[in-house]
Amino acid sequence: MRVKRILQEKEAVIQSSVDLTLIDPLIEKYKNKKGNLIPILQGTQDIYGYLPKETFIKISEQTGLKLSEMYGVATFYTQFRLNPVGKYIVKVCHGTACHVQNATAISEAVEDALGIKDGETTEDRLFTLESVACLGCCSLAPVMMIGDETYAKLTGNKAVKIVKEIKIKESN
Amino acid sequence: MKKTKVLVGLASCGIAAGANKVYNKLKALQEADKLDIELKITGCIGMCYREPLVEVIDETGSYLYGEINEEKAVEIFDKHLKQSEPVKDYIVKSDLFESKDDSFWDGQVKIALRNCGLIDPENIGEYEEHDGYIAIKKILEGKISQEQVIKTVLDSGIRGRGGGGFPTGMKWRFAYNNKADTKYIICNADEGDPGAFMDRSLLEGDPHAVIEGLIIGSYAIGASEGVIYCRAEYPLAIKRLNIAIDQAREKGYLGKDILGVKGFNFNLYVKEGAGAFVCGEETALMASIEGERGMPRKRPPFPAEAGLWGKPSNINNVETFANIPYILLNGAESFSKYGTEKSKGTKVFALTGKINHGGSVEVPMGVSIRDIIFKLGGGITDGKKFKAVQLGGPSGGCIPEYLADTIVDYDSVNATGAIMGSGGMVVMDETTCMVDIARFFLDFTCKESCGKCTFCRVGTKRMLEILTRITEGEGKEGDIEKLEELAYQIKDNSLCGLGQTAPNPVLTTIKYFRHEYEAHIKDKKCPALNCKKLLTYTVNPDTCTGCTVCAKNCPTNAIDGARKEIHFIRQDACIQCGMCFSKCKFDAIVLS
Repeated sequence: MRVKRILQEKEAVIQSSVDLTLIDPLIEKYKNKKGNLIPILQGTQDIYGYLPKETFIKISEQTGLKLSEMYGVATFYTQFRLNPVGKYIVKVCHGTACHVQNATAISEAVEDALGIKDGETTEDRLFTLESVACLGCCSLAPVMMIGDETYAKLTGNKAVKIVKEIKIKESN
Repeated sequence: MKKTKVLVGLASCGIAAGANKVYNKLKALQEADKLDIELKITGCIGMCYREPLVEVIDETGSYLYGEINEEKAVEIFDKHLKQSEPVKDYIVKSDLFESKDDSFWDGQVKIALRNCGLIDPENIGEYEEHDGYIAIKKILEGKISQEQVIKTVLDSGIRGRGGGGFPTGMKWRFAYNNKADTKYIICNADEGDPGAFMDRSLLEGDPHAVIEGLIIGSYAIGASEGVIYCRAEYPLAIKRLNIAIDQAREKGYLGKDILGVKGFNFNLYVKEGAGAFVCGEETALMASIEGERGMPRKRPPFPAEAGLWGKPSNINNVETFANIPYILLNGAESFSKYGTEKSKGTKVFALTGKINHGGSVEVPMGVSIRDIIFKLGGGITDGKKFKAVQLGGPSGGCIPEYLADTIVDYDSVNATGAIMGSGGMVVMDETTCMVDIARFFLDFTCKESCGKCTFCRVGTKRMLEILTRITEGEGKEGDIEKLEELAYQIKDNSLCGLGQTAPNPVLTTIKYFRHEYEAHIKDKKCPALNCKKLLTYTVNPDTCTGCTVCAKNCPTNAIDGARKEIHFIRQDACIQCGMCFSKCKFDAIVLS
C-alpha cells in the first residue's frame, strides 16, 4: 500500500504547477553535506515562499534524506510553512514588552480589517497574518513587521491604516 | 582641523523608528552641498526611547540628537554642520552641557557594549582602531599558553551571560581537557526570550568583538571549527556577522595559520536558526545544527565531552564572547574589579515595558533593580505605580515592588525565585495583571515545548488551561494549589532547562501576588482591570456625547440610546468584548 501511495504522489509531481527545477542548484550545493536538511528547507522556502509537497519528494529522492525526517523538521520549526502565503506577511509581535503594551489589540484590529485570523491568508493572497514571539524592538513596543519594514509604537488604528495603505497601493 | 563626524544609529530599532530615512536625507544633503564631513553608520547607541539618534562629533565636543526625523535632520545639517551652531532643542546628551536625559547614563559601565554606537560595525578598520584584534595578537605573539588564557578567564570571574551563570573559564577548561582531532566552539545567538534584545544590539553594533571572543576561545580550547547560531528573526545581525566574518578572514584573523601561527586554524560560519525557543538550550541547539528537530539530549555526556557531531564542544552566549577580548587585553582584574563577590563584571540589560527610558544599559553587577528602573530607566510611564519587574523571560519570574532593592547578581536574583536570565527586564505597572502575565508565559512555553518530556508537554498545557480559565472568570477553588502541584511535577520531571524553569513565572506570581489570583477566582474581579471577561463596562453620562459609535459597533446590540442622547449598556447582554471601549473617542466608556 505504502509503495502505491508514493507513486500516486509522483504522478502529482508531473501535474504540479510548481517549477521544480528551481531547487536544482540548491540540491547540488547541499547534497552529501552533513547537517544539510535545515538549510535545504530554508532555501526551498526562500524560493517558493513555502514548502510545496512536491519539493519534499524531489529532495528526498535526490539527496537520500528521509521524507519522515524532513516532515518532522518542517513541522518542528515555526519558520517553515506548508501552505502558500500572501505577498505580504504581517508579523505582529507578541513578545513580553509588546504584550504588556497591548499587542492583543493590534492583532485584533488587523484581524478585523483583513477578515482573517492569526495564521491565515486573505483570499486575494495579499496578506498573511502571523503572531510572532519577539522581534527584538522591545523599546518601541508594540510593533509589527511587514516585509523588512518594522512599524513601531502602534495602536490598533495605526496598524489598520498601514495595512489599508498597502492594500490601496496594490490595487493601483 | 579634524573632520566633523556624523553617526547615525542604524540598529534594528533605530531603523524601525525611521533612522534609514534620516541617514539617506543627511547623505543626500551632504552630496548636494559637497560638505566635507564624515557621515557614518553605527550600531545601537542604547537610548532606544529617543530613536532615531544622530551624533555629531566636531572639534568642540560631541552632541547626541534624539528623536530625529527628516525635517529635523535638515535643520541639524543647516545649522550645526554648516554653521557650527548646535540645535540645542534636540540634544539628548552632550559632553558640554547637562541634559535631562543624563540620568540614563549615570552608573553605566560599558565593557560588552564598549564599541556599540561608537564604531561602524561593517568596517573592520574601525574595530581595529578601538583596540580590536589586539588581544588575540597579544596572545599569539606573546606565546601565551592555552592554560594561561583559560586561567585569565577563570580569574576574571565571568559567568555565562546566557542565563545559567556557569563560570566560563571552567567550561573552557573542560573542553580543553578533552582531547580530540576536532573540537567545536559555538556562539549561542538564538536570543529567544521575548522582551530581550541585548544580543541583537551587540551583534548589530559590534560583531567583531564577538568574533574575536570566539577566536580566543578556539585558541584556548583547541577548536578548529566555530558556529554562530543566530535566530533568523535577526536578519540585520546575520548580515553584519557575515560581513564581519568575511573581513576577518581577509585580514587573516580567521582561516588557516591565523596571524602566521603555524597550525592555528579556525573556521567560523553563521548558522541560521529556524524559529524554536528550545534551541537556546545547548544540546537542542547542537541537534538543530546537525539538521534535526531541536530536541534536547540527555546529559551526560556533556557537550564538553561529546557535543556537536559527537566531538568535544564548548558553547557560550554572545555577551560572554564580547567580554572576552576586553578581559584578555586588560587583564582579569579589569573585569573582576566590578561586581559582587560571586558575580563579577558588568551585565547588559534590555529595559522595556512600562518605563520612560527603554533601551539597553550596561551596569556593574550589584546595582539594585530599583536604581536601574528609577535612575537609569527614568521611572514608570505616565506616572503610574510600579508593580513588578519580570526578569529572565519565560524561565524567570516577577519580582514585586517591595523586593526592588534586590541587587542584580546571579545569587540574589535566584533567591527571589526569578533568574538573572539573559538580561530582559520588563517593567510592569498597576495596569498589568499578574495572572495574565503568568498565562502569557505559559502560553509561550506550552507552544515552544519540544514535546520530548511528558510533564513539560502535557503539564504546561494543563497549567495554561487553568490559567486561561482563571483570567476568564471561570476559576475554581483549589486552582492555585493545582497549579503549584503541577509546577513542581514539571520542574522535577523535565530533561532540559525549558521544562525545569517553565513554571517559574507562575510560581513567582503566586508567591508575590496570590491576592490577585484569589480576586480572580473568588470575587471574579481583575484588580488591574486587564482581563476583559472580568470587567464591567458602563457609560459615563458626563462625557458621553451620544455619537452612537459604541452602539453601532456593539456585536450583541447591548447598547441603547438615540443620537445625542446618553447611551446605556445592558449588562445582561454585554459580552465584555471591549469594542465600545476601543471605539469611543470621548473616553466615555468606563471600566470597573
